[in-house]
Parts: sequence; structure tokens; C-alpha cells
Amino acid sequence: MTDFNSDMASKKSSLLVADARTQKRNKAEARFRAYGLAAVGVGLLFLVILLTTIISNGSSAFKQTFVTVEVFLDPAKIDKKGNRNIEDLKKATTFTYKPLIQQGLLDQVNAAGYNHPFEKHKAMGQLLSASAAGQVRQFVLDNPDRLGETVEFRLIAASRVDGYLKGRVTRESVARDKNISAEHFDLVDQMQADGLVEKVFNMAFITGADASEARPEQAGFGVSMAGSFFMMLVVLGVSLPIGVAASIYLEEFAPQNWFTDLIEVNISNLAAVPSIVFGILGLAVFIQFAHLPQSAPLVGGLVLSLMTLPTIIISTRAALKSVPPSIRDAALGIGASKMQSVFHHVLPLAMPGILTGTIIGLAQALGETAPLLLIGMVGFIATNMPDTLAEGILSPNSAMPAQIYEWAKRADPAWYERAWGGIIILLVFLITMNTLAVILRRRFERRW
Amino acid sequence: MSFVKLSASALAITAVTATAGVARDQVQVAGSSTVLPYASIVAEAFGENFDFPTPVVESGGSSAGLKKFCQGVGEATIDVANASRKIKDSEIEACAAAGVTDIIEVRIGYDGIVFASDINGNTFEFTPSDWFTALSDKVVVDGAIVENPYTTWDQVNPAFPAQEIQAYVPGTKHGTREVFEEKVILAGCEATGAMEVFAHAAGGDEDAAEDACFALRTDGRSVDIDGDYTETLARVEANNAGIGIFGLAFYENNTDKLQVATMSGVVPSTESIATGEYPVSRPLYFYVKAAHLNAIPGLKEYAEFFVSDEIAGPDGPLAEYGLVSDPELADTQASVAADEAM
Repeated sequence: MTDFNSDMASKKSSLLVADARTQKRNKAEARFRAYGLAAVGVGLLFLVILLTTIISNGSSAFKQTFVTVEVFLDPAKIDKKGNRNIEDLKKATTFTYKPLIQQGLLDQVNAAGYNHPFEKHKAMGQLLSASAAGQVRQFVLDNPDRLGETVEFRLIAASRVDGYLKGRVTRESVARDKNISAEHFDLVDQMQADGLVEKVFNMAFITGADASEARPEQAGFGVSMAGSFFMMLVVLGVSLPIGVAASIYLEEFAPQNWFTDLIEVNISNLAAVPSIVFGILGLAVFIQFAHLPQSAPLVGGLVLSLMTLPTIIISTRAALKSVPPSIRDAALGIGASKMQSVFHHVLPLAMPGILTGTIIGLAQALGETAPLLLIGMVGFIATNMPDTLAEGILSPNSAMPAQIYEWAKRADPAWYERAWGGIIILLVFLITMNTLAVILRRRFERRW
Repeated sequence: MSFVKLSASALAITAVTATAGVARDQVQVAGSSTVLPYASIVAEAFGENFDFPTPVVESGGSSAGLKKFCQGVGEATIDVANASRKIKDSEIEACAAAGVTDIIEVRIGYDGIVFASDINGNTFEFTPSDWFTALSDKVVVDGAIVENPYTTWDQVNPAFPAQEIQAYVPGTKHGTREVFEEKVILAGCEATGAMEVFAHAAGGDEDAAEDACFALRTDGRSVDIDGDYTETLARVEANNAGIGIFGLAFYENNTDKLQVATMSGVVPSTESIATGEYPVSRPLYFYVKAAHLNAIPGLKEYAEFFVSDEIAGPDGPLAEYGLVSDPELADTQASVAADEAM
């Protein structure tokens, strides 16, 4: 102490000149700020890396290569009985149409005088998606009177051709590929110059259904989006009323005793339970015990509701707590019952907070994959677009994150691009929901 | 109060739809992830060509699929189980106990298992003995059983380059692992004569000797991959010295990244597997619940469509994707048409 005092006394201290200790403190502060800035910078850097990776890998999924083919709808092959009866036409399977399309394409490239080594029509099949036959067959079933004509179709190109136009597949990389050869790409180049092969916006990716492993070019995200939508409907219908009712009771009516304390602790703990646990619970209770339908968005929604409940309860209670007691007192003072004071005054004021919490809970549930793996929502499922509300909730479907997981593990690298494309769509949903939550909070939340 | 009414009615609607239930109009399939690609190709073509909705195909593994299959009869249970192995007796018993008595077994073709490494790395020509020597936990050196001492491939076989031994083998939950053990490790164990030494050490106990053969080294040179082939591929891409075990179809879709090794001098291909020259292959099956044939619309058509020449034949889409078509497909078609139960 004496040293210190003598030290101080020996120097002429000035407010304008910082002494050693102040300088040290200032430096420490500057350092700390730099650390903080660096932390923010690193965080932002990761975000930028993540977003650029996602967008650069996934944006190509929104484009799709199409081939224009003139197909002669040969009645001798398609309508063997020659009676144009729709039931008889249905008996001609896609395997009947395949050679017709391939022959059409071969005739077309020969007529155009393109330079290519292919003699058999089968070689043309490697340029086209396997879905082409289904597309032409559907056209014939819809327009049986066009049989015998040569009709121009815009058909989906094979995934390797699509990859070639997108730069993913090169002549070198297909050197040992039995599905396509470099000569095919030479032909594609010539066709592209004449506009027979073109890359256009791929609406089917956003609206379409999942496709089998052999046809990544045909796969779409639409049905799994519908699956996620119906699941969120169930989550909202189950967890919002239960969550709000539970928190109103706990916050406004429940006596403070060990029992309500226990419930509170449990709710907080529940919020931290890993989601896979809810998946196992869902499998055991909803499917094996209650016999609810496998892979249905109903079961997925119920499982996710369990997960979302604590989030909603906690945020609702926080919102109710932030309503000042004077409002309740005033309502009670003019003769309102406890319930009236809650429903007429407290709840409307807490609503923005409740909705914000709900939307964030839903966004969390929307991106959840783990529990869905256990209740049968992965596989080749998202293929039939539901027509009605009941069908949407009860018939088997996948969900957006589960679909991404499923695509990411399939063999053809074209699936990888689709998975990234799916991630972009999922992120758009999440960002929209979170923005909505922020706007709600900004616009309607009141502060006292 | 409108909020309360709204939430109450929402709850009521959920409850009603939950209990009402709708009659199932689509075929439900579950099981092996190896069969999943083929089943999904068939399901898709089925949806295109028939008026029935596209069947639902779940994965999860052969055992999980058969377990679901054997839960009982009725709309809440699946109709078809895919399996990359034959159904076990214990599973048939479990099925019978739950009332699933008539099971139709359908063999759809064969699947090859290949050994592949990074395209820019060394080429290999393996024999089962090489794999046993490289990966077994215990090997025989000069008549004595010792911990596996080998670290590079040239120590295993002088013909190989001096590359670190690093193998990515399918985890034990995969059907592929069983085939790898039976057709490669066990064959190598017998061919090197280690089997006899193990049997002798175990006092003539053949089962114990087999178990000793199957035990793979745990020092990190053999890594079990519990995920899918995509994970194995990622590991091989990350480590050029790694050699992975893949399905033939997966390899054929990734020929730009992988090169395949021969086994006993045979290059794996649909042809060499069909003729039986390439040794590491297995049959793939699906099992149909006969009791559902009349109840679920489209089930019979699905089963017949699956094994039709157009689909499962040598020129069909399944063969194009990598399935080795069954030379006895005609017999299978006949037995499916006749609903022949096991």
C-alpha cells in the first residue's frame, strides 16, 4: 500500500495522459473487443461458407435438361387390337413405348445429319430418362385419337446428360461408365446447338414426387413438402392448444407447491430430451400400441408435437409473465372473474409472444429428422400426392428433412445435387418462418 | 373465447381423423436397404403402368423388415418384406406365432459385392486368402496363432504394392457383412489353412474355429461402416489407401471415383456374377403375405410385375441398374402366378 501511494505521489497524474495501469486496462479492453470481433467474424465466415456451399451445390437442381423428340405413335404396337378402347390401350406398358421413343430420336438425329456412331435405337435410350416412356404413355391414354400421328414431346434427359450440361459429368469421368459414353456427349453437343437439347427451369423439382433410384432426373420435392405441411398441421393442432392451456393453468391458476414445481422442472428437462427418444416413444406407443398407420404424417406430427410442447409451454409462460400484474388487478378490480381477466386481457396481450414461440417451435419441428427415421418416413414413400385433408394426414408420406437424408445416401451422384436443392427449399421455409416470428414480435409485442 | 373454441375443434378433428382410418389402397413394402433401389424402380414402373397407386417402399434392413412382416395379418401390417438373405427358421416360427402362415418366397436375382479403391490409387487382384490374412484378428505364422502383425499389403502378398492396410467393411447389421464373412473371410481362412490350426487350438470345435476366422482385427485397420455405401465412398475418397466394400450397382454408378479389384482373377460384372465365376454374390428375395393377396388391391399384380421378364429379365431396368438377373426366372414367375407358399 505504501509503495502504491508513494508511486502515485511521485508521478504527476494528468487526465489527458493515461498512466500505465489505465493503458493496461485500455489495452485489455481493446484486446477483448478484438476477440469478440474475431468470434463474430469466424461465425460469419462459417455462415458464408455454408451458404455458398449450399447454393453452389444445390442451385443446379432447379434446372433440368430436356430433349425434344418426335415420336411416331405406332398403332400397330400400341393398339394391337385396333379398337382404340382405353382399357386395351392401358395394356400397352411403358416397355412398349420405350423402343418407339428411341427409334423416334434416332430417326430425328439421322435426319438432321448429326455425326454419330450409333446404329441401334437402344443407344438413344441412354440419352433419355426412363420416365420418358411413362410420359408418352400418359399422353396416349389422354389423347387416344392422336394414335398414328407423329407427335413432338419434350422429354426429360437422362441424369448423366443433365450432369454433362451442368458440368458435373465430363467425358473423362464416363470413360468406364456403362450407362453412357463420350460419343453420346458429342451428339448432345450437336443437338444442343440446334436447340433440341436445352436446360430450363425445373418446376417439377418443386412440385413433383420422389422417383426411384434409377431416375434422379425425375425426382421432385413437392410431395414431401406436402408431408411436412400436414405434419405441421398436426403439430399445430395438438401442441398449441395443449401447450397454451397448460401454461395458462400453471402461470395463472396453479397453486405454488411442490407438485407444480416438479411439473416445471420436468417441462424444462423435456425441452432438453434428444429428439430420437421421442422417435422411439412414437414407434412404441403410436404405431405398435395404438396401431396408427405407418409412415403417416399423423404419427410424425404427434411425435414432433411432444418435442414442440415444451418449447411452446416455456415461451407461453414467459409471454404471460411479461404481462404486468396491474392489468390483472384492474380487471379483477372491476369485477371480472379470474378466467375473464385471463382470457379478455392477459391472453390477448401475451398473444404475440405465444405466436412467436409457436412459430419457432414449428420451425424446429420442421427441420427435425431423427424421430422420423424410426416411424417409417424414410424410403421410397413420397410418391403419391394426397388429394384430401384426411388422406394427407393418414396416407404414407415423407417429410422434407427425411427426403433430403434419403436422397443423400443414394448411389447416383445426381441425387447429391437434388439433396442440396432440397436443403435450399427447406432453408427458405425456415428463414420465412423465423422472419415471420421476428416481424410478429417487432410489430405487436408491447413493452411496459 | 373464439380461440378456445378453435383449439377445441382442432383437437376434435384430429381425434376423429385419427380413429376413423381409411382403407389402405396401396401396397406397403419394407426391408433390406440393398433391395430398396430395385423395389423402388419396380414400384415406380408399377405406378406408371397400373391404375393402382405407387407402392410405398421403406428401408431399414432385412431383419427389421421381416420383423415387421411377422407382426401379424391385417391392414396395419406390411404386405411385402424385402430381404438380402433367406428368411430364417426362427423368423418363420415368429411369423406363424403371429398368424402369418402362408408366405410366398420370391427370388428376384443376385447382387454382387465388390472391392473398390480410389481411382487414382494402386490396382489390386485379390484372393480370399489375402483378405483373411490382412484383416483377421489372429493369423497363423509358422504354425503358431499370433495377433495380426501385418501393416502393409506387400507383407500380406509380395505381389501387392507397399500400401497401408486400411479397409472399410460393412457393419454387422448389414446383410453384406454376412456375405463378406462367408464367401471371403471364411474361404480365405480355409484356403490359408488357418481354419485347421484354429480348430486344433479349440480342441476340434468347428464352430469356435469359424468364430475365430470371423473375428476381424480391431486395431483400426479394418473399420466397420454402419452407414450406407455413400459413407464408405466418402472414407475411400478421404483416404487414398482405403479399400471399401460396395454393392455392384453402387460401384457402377460411381466409376469416375472408384476402381474395382478382381477377386480370384475375375472382374465383377453382371455377366461374371450370373455365370457364377465371380464368387462374392448373394441372392435377393422378397416375401409376400399370402393372406393379403385378396385384401390389398394390386399386391398380386405387384409381385407378378416384379418378376416379369420386362422388369427382372436380363434387359430390364433392374439389370440396367446392377441386379444380376436370375437364370431361373421362369420358375419364379410360375410359382408367383400360382401363389405357391413356402
